[in-house]
Amino acid sequence: MKLFEYEAKLILKQRGIPVPRSENATTPQQAEQAAQQIGGAVVIKSQILVSGRGKAGGIKFADDAAAAGKVAAELLGSTIKDCRVNSVLIEEKLDIVKQFYVSIAVDRLAKKYVVLASTSGGIDIEEIARTAPEKITRQWIDPTAGLQKADAEKMLSRLRSDEDTVKHFAAIITELYKTLLDYDAELIELNPLARTSAGEFIAADARLIIDDNAIFRHPEFKERSLARPDDTPMEKEARKLGFSYVDLDGNIGIIGNGAGLMMATVDLVQTMGGKPGNFLDVTGSGSNIKKGILFLMSKPENKAVFINIFGGITRCDVVAKAVTETLRESGANKAVVARLMGTNEEEGARILKEAGIECYRDLEEAVAAAVRTAAGVEQK
Amino acid sequence: MRNLLTQDTRVVVQGITGTEGRLQTAAMVRYGTKVVAGVTPGKGGQEVEGVPVYNTMAEAVQLQKANTSIVYVPGAFVGKAAFEAINAGIKTLVIITDGVPQKDSIGFIDHAAKKGVIVVGPNCPGLIDPRLRMKVGIMAGHIYTPGTVGIVSRSGTLTYEISWYITQTGLGQSTCIGIGGDPVVGLDYIQMLEMFRNDPGTKGVILIGEIGGNAEELAADYIKRTKYPKPVVAYIAGRMAPPGKRMGHAGAIIMGNSGTAKSKTAAFNSAGVRVAEKPRDTARIMKELIG
Repeated sequence: MKLFEYEAKLILKQRGIPVPRSENATTPQQAEQAAQQIGGAVVIKSQILVSGRGKAGGIKFADDAAAAGKVAAELLGSTIKDCRVNSVLIEEKLDIVKQFYVSIAVDRLAKKYVVLASTSGGIDIEEIARTAPEKITRQWIDPTAGLQKADAEKMLSRLRSDEDTVKHFAAIITELYKTLLDYDAELIELNPLARTSAGEFIAADARLIIDDNAIFRHPEFKERSLARPDDTPMEKEARKLGFSYVDLDGNIGIIGNGAGLMMATVDLVQTMGGKPGNFLDVTGSGSNIKKGILFLMSKPENKAVFINIFGGITRCDVVAKAVTETLRESGANKAVVARLMGTNEEEGARILKEAGIECYRDLEEAVAAAVRTAAGVEQK
Repeated sequence: MRNLLTQDTRVVVQGITGTEGRLQTAAMVRYGTKVVAGVTPGKGGQEVEGVPVYNTMAEAVQLQKANTSIVYVPGAFVGKAAFEAINAGIKTLVIITDGVPQKDSIGFIDHAAKKGVIVVGPNCPGLIDPRLRMKVGIMAGHIYTPGTVGIVSRSGTLTYEISWYITQTGLGQSTCIGIGGDPVVGLDYIQMLEMFRNDPGTKGVILIGEIGGNAEELAADYIKRTKYPKPVVAYIAGRMAPPGKRMGHAGAIIMGNSGTAKSKTAAFNSAGVRVAEKPRDTARIMKELIG
């Protein structure tokens, strides 16, 4: 779960990592008040969850509170990089003399956390890696030993920075690692970490992503994890139902069991000339199949629903019963095509055929039928 | 296959008294796996499917000579279960559970590496060797048949689908393994390709990948760099996945421009590995290459 910059900065502040004086605002009035309180020139930063907002016009400056209110009015409700701006962070304008970069992330290959630090912050790290690789240093963290201040200092000494920089920067890195562990973060990034003319080190921007698998340990994020601004309305609903769901813009609703097979099914529908409407991975229990069908039937764009089950643990007869019951009870009127393979498939196929539902054993035949059905409905 | 499943594999089930643990123990025993013990703290002394249940992994290892563990305990407890298994002397640890926090996985995978223990998963279907009629996993045994194709995958059901096509072509499988759908997993593609290279019974390898991360790109590079001696056919799931959205698996997410199906396909193509457009094509291409 990605946190907004203002949420990340609240956490950093609690951890004693310096952040600029700032306040999040959802209305121009709030923005103006915040700017008034901060005093002087401010930065107005659109709170969206994708990077590259600066280049896309999502970060603006204002010399006084009135101007800040005006800028906030322009940004609030606008769309930047396909994201609606619901709040803006009003922040003191820093007098920056140098920008650094630091992140701690999961390295899938090394199977460890890795710290990346650079003396060339403020731009995309991939850009730094391309143009000035000598300005980046990496340090993998041994999970048992952790990251001590001496490790961070040693790492930073490779960047040939002055003693004062190494000292401050290292303290921030070690605290970031502790924060990452305490919050079960999969990424913490400060870009830039700014050095001001007063010699202070301040997190001018911050990104923090919480591991979805660890949210159960952080009750404070539970509600937040159900209401994610980057979710579509259907995705939001799916989260409440406990489904793993992603909206696509086609007209065939698809249910599958298992993430890999579900992705492959979406691809196959597209390859075979259809328009997949979603990704929906359910475990094959009867109640999940029921909820899943009703959920997909509720999406107006869907012309047909395709159910693809390769049963290992999942029993095909249980799935078939759930399908027929759902259709009978709900009076749903969208066409359904099913593919059942695996445990008790004969019984499953019999139940569906008896109810007049198209059922296949072979995946490609089934996808072809689903594509045909949706196209047929579309023409009518 | 050496270092994974052999005639000497003796399995202990961690979380044997849960619903899933019971069901899967029965299925493994039916298939032919030597399940010698189960562990659930506080349930020692019971039996599940004729398998004795112990309170601790140390007992299961000492009394029943278990050397391989399969873990079904809920995500919050996997870390503890894994450390217990490793410290008790288990050699291969298969973690089926989905939803394990990454911090925990990083911890026990590191501990296992230091102790020379192989970890498969988390968030995986496990592995099966139809030649030995042995499975340490949740796949349905009847879709497999003994043969010469090795399969390595980040997915569960998609692996069943492709395994079934391989069965239908008559080639059969040597070993099929799901390495897990999480960003951080134990055994990876390259280690598996290495094992398939050294397995005389494996003539060709199917690598099933998906979006997210760059494990496929690294595997492609390994194949190219080491002039991999056996034919490899790849399939990549998630060509239609939008960036920034997690496609079911914790690890299946395109971040910015990295982890796309396009990048993975290009990497395999440049390594001379054919990438199948549809799941079924993997079997057709493999048949052409080694049939």
